[in-house]
Amino acid sequence: MSAASRFLRRITPQLVTLAAVLASIAIVFPGFFEISIANGRLYGSAIDILNRGAPVALLAIGMTLVIATKGIDLSVGAVMAICGAVAASAVDRGMGLVPTLALAIGTGLACGLWNGILVAVLKIQPIVATLILMVAGRGIAQLITEGAILTFRHEGLIFIGSGTFLTVPMPVLIWLFTGVIVALVVRRTALGMLIEAIGINPRASMLAGVNTRVLLIAVYMASSLCAAIAGIIAAADIRGADANNAGLWLELDAILAVVIGGTSLLGGRFSIVASLIGAMIIQAVNTGILLSGFPPEFNLVIKAGIVLVILVLQSPTVQSAFIYFRRNKQSSPADAKTVVQ
Amino acid sequence: MSGSQPLLRATAVTKTFPGTIALDKVDFTLHPGEVHALLGENGAGKSTLIKCLTGAYRRDGGDILLDGMPIDPRNTLEAQSFGIGTVYQEVNLLPNLSVAENLLLGHQPVRFGMISGRTMNAAARTMLAQYGLDIDVSRNLDNFSVAVQQVVAIARAVSLSGKVLILDEPTASLDAQEVQMLFEVVRSLKERQLGIVFISHFLDQVFEISDRITVLRNGRLVGAEATADVDRVRLVNMMLGRELKQETRESGRTDRPEGMPAIRFQGFGKSGRIAPFDLDIRAGEVVGVAGLLGSGRTETAEVLFGVTPHDSGKVEEKGATLPLGSPRDAIAGGFGFCPEDRKGDGIVGDLSVRENIVLALQARRGWTKPLPARAQAAMAEEFIRRLDIRTPDAEKPVGLLSGGNQQKVLLARWLATHPRFLILDEPTRGIDVGAHAEIIRLIEELCAQGMSLLVISSELDELVAYSHRVIVVRDRRHVAELVGEDITTDNMVAAIARPDAGRADEAAT
Repeated sequence: MSAASRFLRRITPQLVTLAAVLASIAIVFPGFFEISIANGRLYGSAIDILNRGAPVALLAIGMTLVIATKGIDLSVGAVMAICGAVAASAVDRGMGLVPTLALAIGTGLACGLWNGILVAVLKIQPIVATLILMVAGRGIAQLITEGAILTFRHEGLIFIGSGTFLTVPMPVLIWLFTGVIVALVVRRTALGMLIEAIGINPRASMLAGVNTRVLLIAVYMASSLCAAIAGIIAAADIRGADANNAGLWLELDAILAVVIGGTSLLGGRFSIVASLIGAMIIQAVNTGILLSGFPPEFNLVIKAGIVLVILVLQSPTVQSAFIYFRRNKQSSPADAKTVVQ
Repeated sequence: MSGSQPLLRATAVTKTFPGTIALDKVDFTLHPGEVHALLGENGAGKSTLIKCLTGAYRRDGGDILLDGMPIDPRNTLEAQSFGIGTVYQEVNLLPNLSVAENLLLGHQPVRFGMISGRTMNAAARTMLAQYGLDIDVSRNLDNFSVAVQQVVAIARAVSLSGKVLILDEPTASLDAQEVQMLFEVVRSLKERQLGIVFISHFLDQVFEISDRITVLRNGRLVGAEATADVDRVRLVNMMLGRELKQETRESGRTDRPEGMPAIRFQGFGKSGRIAPFDLDIRAGEVVGVAGLLGSGRTETAEVLFGVTPHDSGKVEEKGATLPLGSPRDAIAGGFGFCPEDRKGDGIVGDLSVRENIVLALQARRGWTKPLPARAQAAMAEEFIRRLDIRTPDAEKPVGLLSGGNQQKVLLARWLATHPRFLILDEPTRGIDVGAHAEIIRLIEELCAQGMSLLVISSELDELVAYSHRVIVVRDRRHVAELVGEDITTDNMVAAIARPDAGRADEAAT
């Protein structure tokens, strides 16, 4: 089996799920796939999913790497809030676009370094280690914005959230670009294999000379870097930093995207592309519920139901039942013979 | 005693796991009022047999009769209700509950629908009094020593089951006095006609407490004898075995390479793990390490490879000091290490054969310098051919291969790094005969190419076959070194079995 067909087989369940979700939205809302261009920008529900899904997609990229090492990063939502606040307050003080972005991204990397040190050096369980920043992060963001929603009118920063390039909204380009770069880096270097090795058997990896400590720190820094970009987009989108609500609960959506993408929470084999499709599935469900005209109070319940179906289909028990049925079908004539004997 | 009806009789118990036969038609008989020691090295099948008896595993074949009735425990709870109780080395009680709660958890005395603390404490005190233990049962369990906790665990197990008591290495973390206290309890249970299975690798304790001994090796029964009929030397022989009849030679190799030692460890050690030792290794030399489980074999390997960094001594190569604080240091110095616990410390199960083979080399190059895909494939193909690794293709997850093939993949991982000094910890354990012979041939081949090897093995004949020198370890100390013609199984057994005067004195006081 070639690498390409292995890859296709890997992402097939996610593609099928996404197609099913999109098809069912199209049934309820016939105009769903219509795309138009106005004012040099693409419009349409499908474009909206790609655009609105940007933060979760970005978070899912970093979260995939963290989960592949058998870790988890609960702090990404809070890091989004911090980095959004840093960017807003920087432009508020008259800084230029480039130093603002550098400062916000640097803040994100520092958050990742903190998480990484807690996990890799102090050996604190990832869920607890990142919980610290999850809780503290929102407070830090509020300190930066001084408790208010810090609005700004910096055109350059706003462009990142709502501008377009060749008619495509910037957030879409940013998450696609980040996804492609990260996927290429992990697969074209040895990074992906070493991360998987750590996630599957940390002790054996350490004994084989893998620098587990440095790699773990790097993975948490990558996750926070993605969160920083997502935070900048979220702030630019609403033209303000909302320390209370920016990225709220998005860490859970990101984890969900990774899980729907088929990467096990037990670590090991991962696929960035599958996680990105997972993020789009989540956003499609969100958009679909809105479009179908259900009262908003149903949203979370319906979403939970859909996610439940997806996860049940992926569960080991159901999977092995599938395999069992398939095998039974194939071998039933042989079985019949043995019964006769 | 053999005239009485056996309390527990297991016949032809078989248990297989993917790639290995953990138990191969093992028989085991336990009489009432008997302390029966179960002995064997790691991977011999002791714990698998225990788990089959207690329902933690479902056996794949064979019968278990308890009081003449066939039983098939599906889980430990069911085994308990049949009368089989187990106490593990790491006490499996709840340290944050009181002693009384631990003893009576699940069936506390109830009054008006509420748990009656006073009745419970009284009941607990009565239970412990039978064991000569007078402690404050309302205090939390973790206030007491491990020995007391062991006795509490035994009291709970006996009160719940009451026919068969399995003690899995109960003395591993006890001092001499506590061991005696535990043995008093065991003797009193023996008088109450319980059948007791005692697992330990302290031979002194086995001879002191047990009536009969069953020895397992590589999942098979080696023998079951009355303790009075065996001596230490024979017991060690039974445990370590003489498997390689066809390749047996009388004594070790005398063609020890000449020249200066390539790597020189001086006063090397780690307190609490292995006493400081000197070790010179020449290029093209095979140094064997012999000793029982827990004697310091693996500890020696781990300190040499930097897994547990040494805290005394130094290592020199051609006069220059090598840093050796971590496996990465060791690998940079040209060392390689195939660990004893292949699954836990060696293979990365879900990664492919190819990825497992390139892992150490890739880790040494760093992630920014990936081996090209074609080079990886070529390397995997080469080793699959050269070591005869049985796998449909290089992309199969290594966890699905048999033990022998996993071991070959691990060897390939290190050979790919072209090490100068390779440490092999039990390279032939739990693998089939064919792969066994191939690995021994490989050791000889590598040594002929000028590689230095340190091989730890519990199969003494094997050590005789390839070693230029053998170091004998006992009680975490290098106690003897045999060279050339002195390397015989008899000499090794004698050095391993020599009773430790210190321990005997301690036990007597």
